[in-house]
Amino acid sequence: MTDSFRTGDPAVVARRYRAERRFRAYGAIALGLTAMFLAFLIVDIVVKGWPSFFEHRAILTATIDRAQVDSASPQSGDFQAIAKDALRKQFPDVTSRSDKKKLNGLLSIGAADNLRDRVVANPSLVGEALTVPILLSDNADLYFKGHGTSRISEQEASWLETLKDRGLIEKGFAWRFFTSGDSREAELSGIKSALVGSLLTIAVTLLLSLPLGVAAALYLEEFAPKNRFTDIIEVNINNLAAVPSIIFGLLGLAVFLNFFGLPRSAPLVGGLVLALLVLPTIIIASRAAFKAVPPSVKEAALGVGASHQQAVFHHMLPLAVPGILTGTILGVARALGETAPLLMIGMVAFIVDVPSGFTDAATALPVQIFLWSDLPEIAFQSRTAAAIIVLVAVLFALNGIAIYLRKRFERRW
Amino acid sequence: MIGWALLVISLIALAAFVLGQTRAKGLRVADGPLLHSLPAYHGLYLAAGALSGAILAAMIAALAVGPQSFSVPLAAALAGTMAILALLPRISTRFRARNVFERFITGLLVACSAVAVLATIGIVFSVFFESLRFFSEVPVTSFLFGTVWAPTAEPPSFGILPLLVGTLLITFIAILVAGPLGLLSAIYMAEYASPKLRGWAKPLLEMLAGIPTVVLGFFAALTVAPLIRQAGQSIGLDVASESALAAGLVMGMMIVPLISSLSDDIINAVPQSLRDGSYAMGATHSETIRRVVLPAALPGIASAFMLAISRAIGETMIVVMAAGLAPSLTFNPLAAVTTITVQIATLLVGDQEFDSAKTLSAFALGFVLFLFTLTLNFIALRIVQRYREQYD
Repeated sequence: MTDSFRTGDPAVVARRYRAERRFRAYGAIALGLTAMFLAFLIVDIVVKGWPSFFEHRAILTATIDRAQVDSASPQSGDFQAIAKDALRKQFPDVTSRSDKKKLNGLLSIGAADNLRDRVVANPSLVGEALTVPILLSDNADLYFKGHGTSRISEQEASWLETLKDRGLIEKGFAWRFFTSGDSREAELSGIKSALVGSLLTIAVTLLLSLPLGVAAALYLEEFAPKNRFTDIIEVNINNLAAVPSIIFGLLGLAVFLNFFGLPRSAPLVGGLVLALLVLPTIIIASRAAFKAVPPSVKEAALGVGASHQQAVFHHMLPLAVPGILTGTILGVARALGETAPLLMIGMVAFIVDVPSGFTDAATALPVQIFLWSDLPEIAFQSRTAAAIIVLVAVLFALNGIAIYLRKRFERRW
Repeated sequence: MIGWALLVISLIALAAFVLGQTRAKGLRVADGPLLHSLPAYHGLYLAAGALSGAILAAMIAALAVGPQSFSVPLAAALAGTMAILALLPRISTRFRARNVFERFITGLLVACSAVAVLATIGIVFSVFFESLRFFSEVPVTSFLFGTVWAPTAEPPSFGILPLLVGTLLITFIAILVAGPLGLLSAIYMAEYASPKLRGWAKPLLEMLAGIPTVVLGFFAALTVAPLIRQAGQSIGLDVASESALAAGLVMGMMIVPLISSLSDDIINAVPQSLRDGSYAMGATHSETIRRVVLPAALPGIASAFMLAISRAIGETMIVVMAAGLAPSLTFNPLAAVTTITVQIATLLVGDQEFDSAKTLSAFALGFVLFLFTLTLNFIALRIVQRYREQYD
């Protein structure tokens, strides 16, 4: 390579400068490609998921027939039939059996929920005519979201167009997505039960891993003598940090479920497994936070007669709190997005009801995403992307808080 | 009953603290001997004793009669009271309550640090013993050298080679993507980028690192895989709908932040004097990077790659969602392959009887995976330890 360093030859110098520019460009391209991938990913998910935050409803006038609903017990009334009748009134010329069935198919299976809630809340409505928005089925909804007639027939499309021309179709925010659990029907499914499951799981994780992690970090950083035992712990923590998450799932399955007999699919077990998973993260972050406290603080405390523990707990710990919190938030963010270990311990269930305790069967948001992504319906693909938007938004918010804390409380000593 | 037990335990601890503190305060008389420890430490000492007694008793009761039994809070209350009564007489002016309490705290801290060790022991034991049970049914040789993986077939066949090949193929693709991208971005950020660009690029990479793998899996399966399929068909290639290429590409992008942030740190750690020496000899910036900085940073970069490979081998969700389930012994990146992690996940999701070789084989796969990643991490750690501080 000595020839490239020969000086004086302008051609060589020019070549070397070209190589310099090329090399620099490679770096910029690499960074640019990564940024483009991220942008593509986010745009793709948002484009896919955004429509799921909205739903289409038909505003129909339904007559609450006394024959179908008993005002004494409105709960058990056949509201689905009332909703269907209301739709059929719009199309009096539809008479054949198969056409009627198709027409009914435009309404969601849960179309009557809205109606029922109204009447149950106010039984005096029985016998009156009500104008309410009634949820359309996922395929009819997709038609209005620009999927054309790929999922429905021309005739169904023409009915929908008629309704739209009469001004009977409204588009609204799909609160249902946040207020209901999983469902076989895409338009009725929501993320509430998964969200609560995630929350319960993370609560267990945080409750366990934060005190354990901080205590371990304190011991290793401040009190541990240099000996075999502490060496083993150190190596262990480093190794634990690099164990694939699915192995933690195997641990949870073999130890927590089979050996200790804890309930399957429970947020308690999920939280335990995730706590072990994020423990190394929290320990490493907390140790760094303790290390960043200047020794003079501790020495001053010791100098005026504090014991070692008093110096550590009264003076160093408060100064290390922002660093510990930052590390903990990042650990929690990781646990919140973790899926594989939860699959192992059976948190992959079809959960409609919101779990009410730590031992109820539950699922978590990332697992819900995984479950939905497996379903063939286009409407569920969009639901999946919408759930991803929620998850990633929460994660970015957590990361943002961590960055803010770091910036706000970062002190140079 | 657990809620009640917790309530009882906290009440007893609180009562013990107040009792101890008041008792110690009562010992303080004018012109009398001084207390060795502050009254609060006497309270803490008593509370610590009551707490440990109550928790221990509650745990024993829960194990003996079940956690739902009324005896759990009862046992906690009894044991807590007994602990208070036993420890209360020790409180005197000369009693070194602070020292005793601090020893208690130290013990607690040691116990907390030991949890990390317990977790590792738990992993090793759970994976190891279930694997032993598996190998008592299936010979080790047919597991390690078998070329057919069909755990649900009749008779089942447990040859790990197709899974190993699939795992390595996807890992290879991922490193092929992440290696150059991650290293070049790290070099650019460490050596060329302005502080402003750095301020943008770093959070961007952190964002990418923070995206859950289930999201990347969804993206790989529903966006990248169809794109690759279309691109392949347009040039006349037959691409499976779930291809190793799609999973590998996305996994590579997942690893870019890992490689770049590790390499960035390592490149920054190379002493400026080396660069200055190179510039003084007339080398350009890129020549300095290629011939001075990178060789100096090589051990660190090698260990970063090791960690990246270990991460790729252990990654589950992307491959579960995008790589497919077909165990085929192929090196064709356009075909569907399966990996160790995919098989673990599919074998253990859903109902399972715990004695079948099918279920146990998942633990054997887990054992192989654990050994793989452990070895890679160990090598990475050793490389760093060996060659670090060479220039200080």
